[in-house]
Order: sequence, then structure tokens, then C-alpha cells
Amino acid sequence: MIQFHHVTKRYPGGFEALSNVSLHLPKGEMAFLTGHSGAGKSTLLKIVSLIEKPTRGQAILNRINLGTLPRKRVPYIRRHIGFIFQDHQLLFDRPVFDNVAMPLIILGYPRNEIARRTRAALDKVGLLSKEKAMPITLSGGEQQRVGIARAVVHKPMLLLADEPTGNLDPVLSREIMQIFLDFHQVGVTVLVASHDLGLIEELGKPVITLNQGKVIHDDFGGLDDG
Amino acid sequence: MTDRHQPPRPGLLQRLSAWLGHHARSMVFSLGKLYRAPASTLMTVAVIAITLTLPAGFYLFMKNIENISGDLRSTTRISLFLKLDVGEQAAAGLRDRLQRQQGVADVRLISRDEALEEFRASSGLGDSLDYLKENPLPHTLLVEPASELDSPAIRQLLKRLQQQPEVDTAQLDTEWLERLYTLLDIARRAVIIISLLFSFAVLLIVGNTIRLDIQSRYQEIVVTKLIGATDAFIRRPFLYSGVWYGLFGGLLAWIIVELSAMAIAGPYQKLGQLYRSDLSLVTFSMGDFMILIGASTALGLIGSWLAVARHLSEIEPQ
Ligand SMILES: Nc1ncnc2c1ncn2[C@@H]1O[C@H](COP(=O)(O)OP(=O)(O)OP(=O)(O)O)[C@@H](O)[C@H]1O
Ligand SMILES: [Mg+2]
Repeated sequence: MIQFHHVTKRYPGGFEALSNVSLHLPKGEMAFLTGHSGAGKSTLLKIVSLIEKPTRGQAILNRINLGTLPRKRVPYIRRHIGFIFQDHQLLFDRPVFDNVAMPLIILGYPRNEIARRTRAALDKVGLLSKEKAMPITLSGGEQQRVGIARAVVHKPMLLLADEPTGNLDPVLSREIMQIFLDFHQVGVTVLVASHDLGLIEELGKPVITLNQGKVIHDDFGGLDDG
Repeated sequence: MTDRHQPPRPGLLQRLSAWLGHHARSMVFSLGKLYRAPASTLMTVAVIAITLTLPAGFYLFMKNIENISGDLRSTTRISLFLKLDVGEQAAAGLRDRLQRQQGVADVRLISRDEALEEFRASSGLGDSLDYLKENPLPHTLLVEPASELDSPAIRQLLKRLQQQPEVDTAQLDTEWLERLYTLLDIARRAVIIISLLFSFAVLLIVGNTIRLDIQSRYQEIVVTKLIGATDAFIRRPFLYSGVWYGLFGGLLAWIIVELSAMAIAGPYQKLGQLYRSDLSLVTFSMGDFMILIGASTALGLIGSWLAVARHLSEIEPQ
């Protein structure tokens, strides 16, 4: 699903956040991306979600070269990705239901379909009863779950999460991770960037580790094209 | 996301209806947004309206001046003073001949005796005129040009009448009317220039309002971009906001101008009566109204489009 061929990302200031990264996350797999702060985890996820472009090398998502994708096509590719942010990025001017329904509205689903799928997604994260609540009235863990519901409501084939449990206590963190495992169970490809080494070990999923922009460990054995 | 994978999309028909639905929703949503911030909305609409009031009011002013001057034109007359040796018979003959000519609405003959009587009455010289051995006044024909003639055509007619053998002098006493027309022409151009300038001002007002709106919705734009909204989708509510601003601004401008006209109508009519004319104030016709509303709505759309084109692409997720 995700392939990096010698990807280097240098930010405008000249800082090299990724150096010659090659990796392959197969379709239907779930993996964790770890590494110290500043190792380049977010940068890698941003390249996959078309927020940043590689300076060198090729980043490929399902046979599509992300580095050369015309701007006009970017939204259509993003619709296949569910993105979960550390700070969940909910819109506080509208209730939970409207937040979660956003991707369906963009995709052009009819009204009844939107209602059905939105409730299904909220049910999956255990927040069906909060559909009318405003996000500001929810706890941190609940807000994060709304963010997850929004990311999965349109059944994307790839789920990306950047430190989704960064602000949560261990119990809540485990709950959130369990939701990711459930999606993986039903065939969604999942890549989660996280600091939480203890929890990652406990879950027993493949790990890719970055250090100063380089891959130093890859349970998938990297990309076998040299 | 390549051909081999079914993208998670509903069918074409559903998407089309959803597209229309989103237009409707953007329309209602942007309207609701304006409604929920009544103070700032009212301020923007008022500024647009006042800006539009000036060209609209000036246009109406012009229309009325034209109306009056049209009235004056219909009273334009050419006086033909016939040669002294032309008798009453010949004068009446000429009158009948001219009557049939094109460009002539009416011809009236004032015989030399009538003229003298009139002169006697109006001059106050009275009986002293009896000392005149002979009536020194010629027969006179008053020619009223057809109302559809414009000033060059009237001048042509004047020339033609001058060449009649019976005519001594043909006189058009409307030099001042000519000057008025020239002034009107200048004013008409001024209306166009003012309209252009103030339209530009409306563009700036709407553009700036939408720019602020875009900035205040920064996070929402970022998030919707991240979950795959196209530029068109994000643009839509902002463009509708611009349309609403333009529409309401135009309507308010119209109301302001109409109310001002109502305030002026009374004294204006009185003025008309003083000149023994049933002059009444001309206000916007249906066509004028449509043009004002159409133009202001278009300006709102263009203004918001400019702002959106400039500022929306600057906002990218980071
Ligand atoms: N927009 C940017 N411009 C310049 N440098 C940047 C930018 N974004 C990130 N960096 C730098 O790139 C490096 C990698 O950043 P990145 O956010 O990918 O790290 P990370 O592994 O996600 O760290 P953390 O665990 O703290 O989130 C950091 O040193 C950071 O300062
Ligand atoms: Mg990070």
C-alpha cells in the first residue's frame, strides 16, 4: 500500500527530516512508527497524506506517485485516507454528528445514507449517545474518539494516526489502540506513529523505527529493491 | 485509488443530487451565517448599499432631468416671421403646406392683426399704438416639430423652413436647451464613471469581508482540505456569502433611493405645478431595478471570487 524509495525530505530551512528512507507497508497490514522526538515520524505521515512532498526519491501510495501528483487530484487521493491527529482537529462550532459526517458530505452521499453511516461510525467508537453534543463538552478521550469516527466514517482503505494517544492516560490509550486493531481486523491498512513503546510492545504489531530521519528498524524487512 | 480499487463513492446520480444539495446547503448555510452575526452583516450590507446609493441616486437624478428636458423639447417651437408682402391668403396656404410636411407636428397661424392685438395687450402701450399708420408686424407661423425629432433633426427642419420663399426669418429660441443637452451628456458620462468607481469600491468591500471570513475559518478550511474537499467545495459557501452581500446591499440601496425619492416627490410636484406642468418624479423602472440588483449581486460574487482565489490557496494543511 505504502512504498518509499529512497525518500529524502529537506524542509525549506535546510533541515533534513528524512534521509534516504525506503520502506514498504503491505496492504491490510498494521504497523507502528516509532522514534525519538524529531526523528521524522510526522514528516513521513505528512508525505503519505500529501501535506508535504518528498525532496528526493519516490513515495508511492497504491501505485500513485505522490511526489508528482497534480494539485487538482490531491483531494481525491485524500478521500481514501483517514487521518487522525494528536489534537484531533475537531470543529468546535458544530455538534459531534456534523463533525463526523463531514467526509460523507464531501463525497456526496445522500442525507439518509449520511445519517446511517455517521451513526454507525459513532457506534463503533462508543459515542452514539453523544451525537448532539458539542465537542467542547467532551473529555479528551471522547474528542479523540470523535476524531477517529470522522477518519473512518467513509471507510478509507488507509488509516494514518499521528500520536493519537499522546494526550491520554494509559487506560484511554489502550482503548483507542483497540479501535485501531478492530479496523485492522476488517482489512483496513493502519499506520500509527507513537511514542508509547510499552503499549506498542504489548500489542505485538510490526514496528518501523526512525532515528534522525533514517530507518533503523523495520519488521517488514524494508523494501527489497536495494 | 487506482482503477483496480473501487473508490468509496456513491453513484453518479446520487453525487449529482448531492452536488445540487451542497449548492443549496452552501446557500442556506452562508445565509444562516450572516443571520447569526446580524451586527457585522448589517454593517457590511449598509456600506455596500450606501456605496451603491450614490450612482443609483445620480442615475435617477439624470433620468428626471431628462424627463423634464423631454417635456421642454415638446414645447420647442419654431417661429416663422413671413415677409411683409405676404398676404393672409398666402400665409394660410403655407400653413397648410407645412402641416403636411414630415417632421412637423402642428402649425398655427398668427395673423398680423392678432399679433398686434396681443402686442397691445402685453406691452401696455394700448391706444398709443393707434397712431401707427400701418401694422408693422408680419404674419407669423408657429411650427411645432414632431416630438421624435432630436436637436440635429430640428436644426435641419429649421433650415428647410428658412428656405421657404415666403419666410423672412425662422427662429428657434432654444439655444439654452442645446446647452442643457450638452450638460446632460456630460452628466451621463459622469454617471458611468461614478458607477464604475463605486462598483470597484463594492468589490473591495465584499473582497475584504470575505477575506476576513476566510481567515476566521482557517482551521475549518484546513480540516476539510485534509479530508479530501476540493477547492470548489470549499469555495462555495464563501461565494454564496458574497452573493448574499451583493443582493442585500443592492436591495437596501434601492430602498434608500426610493425613500429619498419619496421625500423629494412632494416639493418636486409643487415645482411642476408652478410651471403649469403635471410633472411627477420618475423612479426606478422594473428594468432599472433588475439592473441594480443584478449588478450588485454580480459584484458580490466577483468580489468574493477575487478574495477566495487569492486567499484560499494560501491555506494548506501543515
Ligand atoms: N515545516 C517544517 N519546517 C522546518 N522544519 C521542520 C518542519 N516540520 C518539521 N521540521 C523538523 O523536522 C524534524 C522532524 O520533525 P517531525 O515532526 O517529523 O518529527 P517527529 O518524529 O514527528 O517528532 P515528534 O515525536 O516530536 O512529533 C524536526 O527536527 C523538526 O524540527
Ligand atoms: Mg510528530
